[in-house]
Amino acid sequence: MAAFLLLPTLVLLVQAFSGPHGPTLEWVRTLGSYRYRTAFRNSVLLSAWSAILGLAAGLAIAHAVLRPGAPRGLRTLATSFAAVAANFAGVPLAFAFIATLGTLGLLTTALRSAGIDIYAAGFSLYSVSGLTIVYAYFQVPLMLIVIMPALEGLKREWREAASNLGASSWQYWRHVAFPVLLPSLLAAFVLLFGNAFSAYATPYALTSGNIGLLPIEISNLLSGNVTLAPQVAAALAAGMVAVMAVVLAIYALANRRASRWRG
Amino acid sequence: MAGDDKSMIGRRGALALGGALGGAAGLAALGLPSVADAAGMPAGLVAKAKKEGRLNVIALPPDWANYGAIITAFKKQYGLSVTSANPDGSSAQELQTLRTLRGQSRAPDCVDVGPSFAVEGAKAGLFAPYKVATWNDIPADMKDASGLWVGDYFGVISVAANRSVVKTMPQSWADLKKPEYKGMVSLNGDPMGAAAAFSAVYAASLANGGSLDDIAPGVHYFAELAKLGNFNPAQARPASVIGGQTPITLDWDYLSLSDRKKGRGKAEITVAIPQGGPAYGGYYCQAISAHAPNPSAARLWQEFLYSDQGQIMFLEGYAHPARFNALVAANKIPTALMQELPSPEAYRDIKFASLDQQAKAKTVLADLWPKLVKT
Repeated sequence: MAAFLLLPTLVLLVQAFSGPHGPTLEWVRTLGSYRYRTAFRNSVLLSAWSAILGLAAGLAIAHAVLRPGAPRGLRTLATSFAAVAANFAGVPLAFAFIATLGTLGLLTTALRSAGIDIYAAGFSLYSVSGLTIVYAYFQVPLMLIVIMPALEGLKREWREAASNLGASSWQYWRHVAFPVLLPSLLAAFVLLFGNAFSAYATPYALTSGNIGLLPIEISNLLSGNVTLAPQVAAALAAGMVAVMAVVLAIYALANRRASRWRG
Repeated sequence: MAGDDKSMIGRRGALALGGALGGAAGLAALGLPSVADAAGMPAGLVAKAKKEGRLNVIALPPDWANYGAIITAFKKQYGLSVTSANPDGSSAQELQTLRTLRGQSRAPDCVDVGPSFAVEGAKAGLFAPYKVATWNDIPADMKDASGLWVGDYFGVISVAANRSVVKTMPQSWADLKKPEYKGMVSLNGDPMGAAAAFSAVYAASLANGGSLDDIAPGVHYFAELAKLGNFNPAQARPASVIGGQTPITLDWDYLSLSDRKKGRGKAEITVAIPQGGPAYGGYYCQAISAHAPNPSAARLWQEFLYSDQGQIMFLEGYAHPARFNALVAANKIPTALMQELPSPEAYRDIKFASLDQQAKAKTVLADLWPKLVKT
């Protein structure tokens, strides 16, 4: 843990704050520039939205698959598909989407010949909202994988007891199932947020720098062949660590509240 | 271009194809010159090199710029043995090897590096000055005036179009703005990180009122393409060029020509150098080690590379040689090879940015691109 997590973080911080003549704030100060501010905003927005989308859709699908009376095979099918799709990312995923929803994609042209021009209507695969859809492709299955065991943990007796006491379905969800699930949902959100926050290959293939994202900016500075500025990259990476720390801190606080009833 | 991992891989693939096509046929077409000293070479160079008997080269992939065939031809012609070390090495590794193996018999005699590394090596005193017999044919902006390093081959920004999607071939920078190319024009990545994409912005600038000192018009050009909906931010790769997902791609000519070759039978790809401005190029450099264990062999190798034969062999690997314009003027390039390539007219007033100009352009680009180019 110390060697693989703490040490690299420490080295990163040292690099971000050290210049040729001792400690410096020069690198961290560049983070305030328009370019990096945009990258921070885009990365956080994209990660948050795709995590929320993943959370909502994943929960709904998991609920539908696990509801009593659903065909048995459906569950196996859903888990197998989710396991595959959650790992389908990177360049292949980007090109699958370009071929489907790109300006000349299969679906785009089909819709256009049907009289619906989604690009004229303001949609673009290469915008933050377009990327959110692409990210959802691996976020929703991941959510499905992590939330299904939690949903299975909801005992049938609880529901029966609630109905016996005259609770409606809404009341059951609001007062029983949701509070029980909340810690799992919060944890899933953090996982999905981090998953999207660090995604690199997929957005790189979809944007030519027109949507600044932190992992892409770091790669440009570290291994690109146009600019080489490892210290600024370290400062950006330290910024990413800080964002994740804030997300985790919020999670810890929320989780403490959510778990209070367990006493 | 050296030390440029992303495009290195692509380029190697590219030149593998070109080399396989060219090699033997080119030699036969040219005929083998005599083994004696060629015109302009220092007297007795061949004899001295033969006495040394060998040559150490480094970081020359056999399928890159046709180097495999060039080394074979050199060995055959002069009877020297050639040791090719670390063929997939980077420019940085080449300079490092010059430093670490200094004084040893297995140290490299010469290197093939990107311009920034050539300048660095010259400053560090790693190179010995030498001017080949054909020195005057080499454009002034791709050589060191004192002969410490000299450009050997170059690429320029080209436009490649997949003709199953693109019915009319765009010929100029202005053409690319036409409504018929909506959503079609792509780069090979983020111009802040990918050298070819950066160079494409530079080339666009030269065609739109900018200069080597001013890349801003190039950014404005792409901002306009984006606003018109013609700019497609998807990253162009050989598969997407051939598959038609990125139907029009701005990239190095040798990569576009290799995509055309790879796509044969799947898609027809046309390659042109966009008109409306001078061609913008990037090049590689030769330099002789100051501590070469075989100094005469190193000079003979350089003479060979810059001879008509060596230069044409580069071209067979789709890398335009430094003396390209002189060879065209002297009508020395085989017609069959010429027909494979974009019109030589386009290469006539080629422009290369100096390292200082590039550094300035990068700052401007990093500032303007994220603000202006929005899709």
